[in-house]
Formats: sequence, structure tokens, C-alpha cells
Amino acid sequence: MRKMLAAAVSRVLSGVTQKPTSRVLVASCNYSNDAMFAIKKCDLYRLEEGPPVTTVLTREDGLKYYRMMQTVRRMELKADQLYKQKFIRGFCHLCDGQEACSVGLEAGINPTDHVITSYRAHGLCYTRGLSVRSILAELTGRRGGCAKGKGGSMHMYVKNFYGGNGIVGAQGPLGAGIALACKYKGNKEVCLTLYGDGAANQGQIAEAHNMAALWKLPCVFICENNLYGMGTPVERASASTDYYKRGNFIPGLRVDGMDVLGVREATKFVADYCRSGKGPIVMELQTYRYHGHSMSDPGISYRTREEVQNVRKKSDPIMLLKDRMVNSELATVEELKDIDVEVRKEVEDAAQFAMTDPEPPLEELAHHIYCNTPAFEVRGANQWIKFK
Amino acid sequence: MGPPLRLNQCRSRLGAPPSLPAVCGRVARNPGLQVGMAAFAATAGRLLGLRAAGTEGRLLRLRGAGLQRALLQPASATGDAAQRRQVAHFTFQPDPEPQEYGQTQKMNLFQAITSALDNSLAKDPTAVIFGEDVAFGGVFRCTVGLRDKYGKDRVFNTPLCEQGIVGFGIGIAVTGATAIAEIQFADYIFPAFDQIVNEAAKYRYRSGDLFNCGSLTIRAPWGCVGHGALYHSQSPEAFFAHCPGIKVVVPRSPFQAKGLLLSCIEDKNPCIFFEPKILYRAAVEQVPVEPYHIPLSQAEVIQEGSDVTLVAWGTQVHVMREVASMAQEKLGVSCEVIDLKTILPWDMDTVCKSVIKTGRLLISHEAPLTGGFASEISSTVQLYKRLLSFFLKSFWM
Repeated sequence: MRKMLAAAVSRVLSGVTQKPTSRVLVASCNYSNDAMFAIKKCDLYRLEEGPPVTTVLTREDGLKYYRMMQTVRRMELKADQLYKQKFIRGFCHLCDGQEACSVGLEAGINPTDHVITSYRAHGLCYTRGLSVRSILAELTGRRGGCAKGKGGSMHMYVKNFYGGNGIVGAQGPLGAGIALACKYKGNKEVCLTLYGDGAANQGQIAEAHNMAALWKLPCVFICENNLYGMGTPVERASASTDYYKRGNFIPGLRVDGMDVLGVREATKFVADYCRSGKGPIVMELQTYRYHGHSMSDPGISYRTREEVQNVRKKSDPIMLLKDRMVNSELATVEELKDIDVEVRKEVEDAAQFAMTDPEPPLEELAHHIYCNTPAFEVRGANQWIKFK
Repeated sequence: MGPPLRLNQCRSRLGAPPSLPAVCGRVARNPGLQVGMAAFAATAGRLLGLRAAGTEGRLLRLRGAGLQRALLQPASATGDAAQRRQVAHFTFQPDPEPQEYGQTQKMNLFQAITSALDNSLAKDPTAVIFGEDVAFGGVFRCTVGLRDKYGKDRVFNTPLCEQGIVGFGIGIAVTGATAIAEIQFADYIFPAFDQIVNEAAKYRYRSGDLFNCGSLTIRAPWGCVGHGALYHSQSPEAFFAHCPGIKVVVPRSPFQAKGLLLSCIEDKNPCIFFEPKILYRAAVEQVPVEPYHIPLSQAEVIQEGSDVTLVAWGTQVHVMREVASMAQEKLGVSCEVIDLKTILPWDMDTVCKSVIKTGRLLISHEAPLTGGFASEISSTVQLYKRLLSFFLKSFWM
């Protein structure tokens, strides 16, 4: 409607009746409804065929992915800002640069599927259904946070999203267990178990692989390879950097994690594979993080600024989607700019909320240690102050 | 030796808590620890009251867990008060410059650790240091410069695998080389728990002294730091105290750390050396440059006193020192402060002798209360006193 109005206005202003097809500005209503795009072919391991090399993106989906990725990006940058202003304390691991992974994964699975990941979880928290408000309020440790302010950056949960795990690799066996529950209940759901390139060297991951393969669990092991485990580049940590092959007896594929459509197709492929009862599968997403490991890591002592800027220029996921959509006339630059403005406002409002919401009351300090009715007394740091 | 103490085993409940002033504030503004001190003062007052009333010295098992905090009274928490942070507090109290070990240099805790590691690598050609990120110096800068000085085959990074790191270290130690493993945070030591308890601790015993991994030392940053939350603040010494075959050591200062770490490395038993991470930068002292050893399993009486024995280790020692001076100043209570240093095997004699003298014991530690190491100390001291009083009774009769 707005576009029609703008068309009318510009027509009036120009004073000349122009043929619709020659318009190039905002006034054009000639959006394609969908477009076909080519995707990079995935490297396969123990698989005969992989995900398709072309995909169709509808305008609606495109705008949705763009909005989601932009929201994650803005939210992470806002978290960076809040951390520097000391509203967020403790540890904060940001995933800007990896937006295509979270959005693409969500696009490839159903809301009833399950996801568990490591501590670099804010993007997935959002795509799995948490609002920006509840995420930022959790980061600042306020009542309005998704874990009531008691979890923080690494411990955010929502239905069918099991967090957020602080200990590296701990989520591997957990994910296998969730997959077992899916198989047991027979509801054709899958569990996406994400871990990083550093965690790939943990024993627990190998144990989880073995159990999943042995019992043919519908578990997708996803290695988000952002090339650095904290400050250690992958070549210095892993004997084999082909993380998609590290499942050994589990088939795997390697996907370009900066292309949201590629991730989506690959996710659909692996989810179908698991749903058909063939057992687990490993997916490696090659991605990159712009920030350092956490907020206390500048991120340039083990890699050059040029490298980071290079990735930003050439393979930024939001930029790639935007170019695709604009070039195939799925959307216009102005329309996407409008989305940017809306997203910015949404994140600003959420940050405002996060800064002003009160902290959880002191009485709740000892709640939820156990599941208990009636409440029992817990001693705190002082002998006579007890919490229920 | 004073009059025989009749041991009354009742743990007295000290009745209703004293009314606590509603105090809150940041560390810099309120270093007085008023609430904690009020609590301690009330306790000490009651103790003295009991003594004055002529009752026998009761062995009160008081265990204060955690760093002293200034807390809000819940009912009176106002909006702006809720915004102020509740933070713990301690003031590092350096020891006087040691004279007997030669030239000293001003160092903080991580520099003292680096110095100790430097001395070890220099003296022992089989010594190797490994762990996550140790090559560039470590996340707490404890290994800065060592790789350049001793080479990349002696100071090297491992992948992210704690169980692998410790198991690997046990293997190195079994062949006779000196292995110094670093676990990045004590909170991450749990994947390696099986290797430590089931392999390292039992190697010598199960092989009939044919093999041992005594040249293994595991170092890990330990304890509360303020912003660590669940996984960067833990104090797991109590878990390891339950395992014969290993030694567990926690220093309180740079001077102690260097000497204790060198002793751990030389010691012919696998040792776990926990370094209080909050002291890495905060603790600065004069530390000898040359290597020196501080004996393990020997607690130190830092301050003599006659009314109550305070036992602590790591960061808490500095809290206890402050508590002792405040008690002296405000209540006239003379406290004997003991730094336990080695958690396993711990120095029972020093602690028990001190309690015989004072009649009262207070142990403070950071880890959770139930099953914390204070429970071991207090039950042992009570048993010791019971046995001692039994013998004394027989003697007097």
C-alpha cells in the first residue's frame, strides 16, 4: 500500500503519467515473487548425494531472513555496547558474522524440532523464538530476562531450545540424549546439536557420535567452524580440520555457513536424512565471527584486522542476501533500509527495557536449586541470613 | 597447658540472629564489611560471654562459607539500592620481605608463578609445560616468555581436552619426566577427575611402587573472582580431598605460591596446585628470584592469639586477617590465624594444638558448605580433642 502511495505521489510530482514498467524507484510494484539462486555444492563424506545446488527463495522468506539476520546483528552490537557500558557483566560471547547459521538452521527445521548449542548462543536464542527484549534483559541480569536474570549470556532457554552451555563440549551427549527421546517418542523430530571447532576435540563429542551412530539417533551434529577456538586457529588445535569427516563412521557434509540459503538447504537435507531413520549426520558450517572469542578478547591478537575486514567485505551474510534480493528484484534497497530502521528501533527499545528493568529480588537468590515444595532454607554467605 | 577442657559436644545454636544494619554498597565505598563483622562480633561476643560465665570452653563449630559480603536486608530493598551491586571484599595483606632467600623482586602472583616455572624448566631438563593457550603466555599470563626461552617442544599448547591433558600428563610423568599441566580454570577440571582420582592417585599403589606419576603437577586458577558466575569461580578442593594419593595445595600470596609450586613440582607425588585467580594481579609482594621451597603439609600460624583459632586458605586468609584485626580492635578478642596451605594431606597437628590452646575454632572457605573441607577439619579436631581429653582424664585420675 505504501508503495502505491509513493507511486501516486511521485507521479503527481513528476507531473507526467509514466508507464509502470519504466519506473525504477520506490514506486515500482514489479517485485518478482520468487527467484532461483545457485548454491555452492557441499563437500560430502560417506554420502552419495547432497543438498540441491539451486533453491527458490520467495520474497516473503527473503524479507523474513533479512529481518532476522539484521536483528541478530543489531542485537549483538547492542550487547557489545551494553557490555562496554558495564550493564552486562561477566562473560559475553557474540556471534555477529554467524547470523546465516542461526537463521538458515531455523529455516530448515520445524519449530517442533530441538536445538542445543554452546555458549555463543544469542543468535539461536532469537531464531528459536525468544524476543530481543528477553535476551537483552537476561544479559543485563534483570527480571524480564528469559531465565529470570539468573542465567546470563550462556544460559538462555526456550521451548525446544536447550541452551546455551558454558562447558565446552558438554552439549554433545545432551543432544544425543534429546535425539534418543525423539526416537523413543516416535514423533519424527530431530535434534540439532551444535558445537564449535574447539569443542570438536573434546572426548565427549566423540562419545556422543558413537552413541548416536550405534543407536541410530536422529541427531544432527553441527560443527560451527569459525576458524578459531578462542585464540587458537584450527590448524594448531586439530589433527584433521575436516570437521565434517570427524564423525568417522557418521556421514557428513561441509556447507558454506555465510550463505543463508545454502545453510537452509543443507539443514533441510540433513533433517530429512535423520527423520528417515538413517541415523546421525555431521554438518560442518564454515563461518566466521567478527568479534573476538568474548568481550575480553579484542580478536586481533591472533588474526589481522585485514582478515576480519576482508570477510566483512566479501562474505558478510547480510550483505550477500541483500545483494541477491536486490539484484533479482525481490526487494528494493529502500525497502531493506526500512527494515533496518525498524530493527534498530526494536533493539533500542529492548535495550532500554534491559537497562531499566529491576533486578530479580534478593529473596529469589536461592530459588530453583532444587525442585521443592515446601521451600527449604539455604544458607548464604552469612550465617544468619537464610534464603528460601 | 591450661586446665583440662571438658568437652561438651553440643553444637550450640546461637539463638536469634542479631539485628543487622541494612548496609549495602560498592567495595570502594564500604570496606567496613559491617554486616559480616556484626555477625562475627556477635559470635565472638557470645563466645566471650560463655567463657566469662565460667562454662567450659565449648568447641563451637562455626563455619562461615564464602567471602564476607555487605548485604541488603530484603525487606528494605529500595529501587536504587537494588541497582547497587553486592560485591565481596578482601584486602591483600603482603608478608614482610623474606630475608633468607637472597635477592627479591616485586612480583604479583602470576609473575611469581612464571618465576617458579622458569626455575623448574631451567633446573630440570625433562620438565615440560602444557595446557590450553600456555604457549603465548596463558590466559592469566602465568607462562609468559617461557616458550621463547625454552623452546616449543617444552612449552606447548594442547587442544581443548582436559581429560586428555591430564591423562597425557600422567603418561609423561610415569616415564620419569616432569609434567606440569595447566587446566585453564578449576571449573574445567571435572572431565579430568577420573584420570586424577583413578589413575594418577593410584598408580604407585597398584603397581607396588614399580611405577608412579609423582612428577606430575596440575595447576589451575581457582576460586571466586567477582564476575565468574557458575563456571569461572569454583573451588573444587573438597572433591579432591577425598582421594588419597594426591596432594592439593592452595597458596595465599606470591611468595607462598612460588615456594609451594616449586615444592609441588619436586614432590614425588602427583600434586594439584590451585592458584586463587583474584590474586593474580591484586597480590603484590617481594619474592625471591632464586628458587626456594616451602614445605608441603605444614600449616602456618600467621598471627598468634589466645581466644579463637581462625583457619583459612587461599584468598580467605586475607579476609581472616582483617577479621582478626577488627576483632582485636572492636572486641578485644585475640585471634590466632592459621593458613592451612596444603589441603591434602593437611597439617592436623598445628590446627589441633592451636585449638587446644584457644578452645575455639572458626574455619572459613569459599566452596559450598556441605561437604566442604571445613567439615573434615572440624570433625577431626573434635575427635582429637575428645581423645586428648580422654587421655588427660585418665592421667589426672
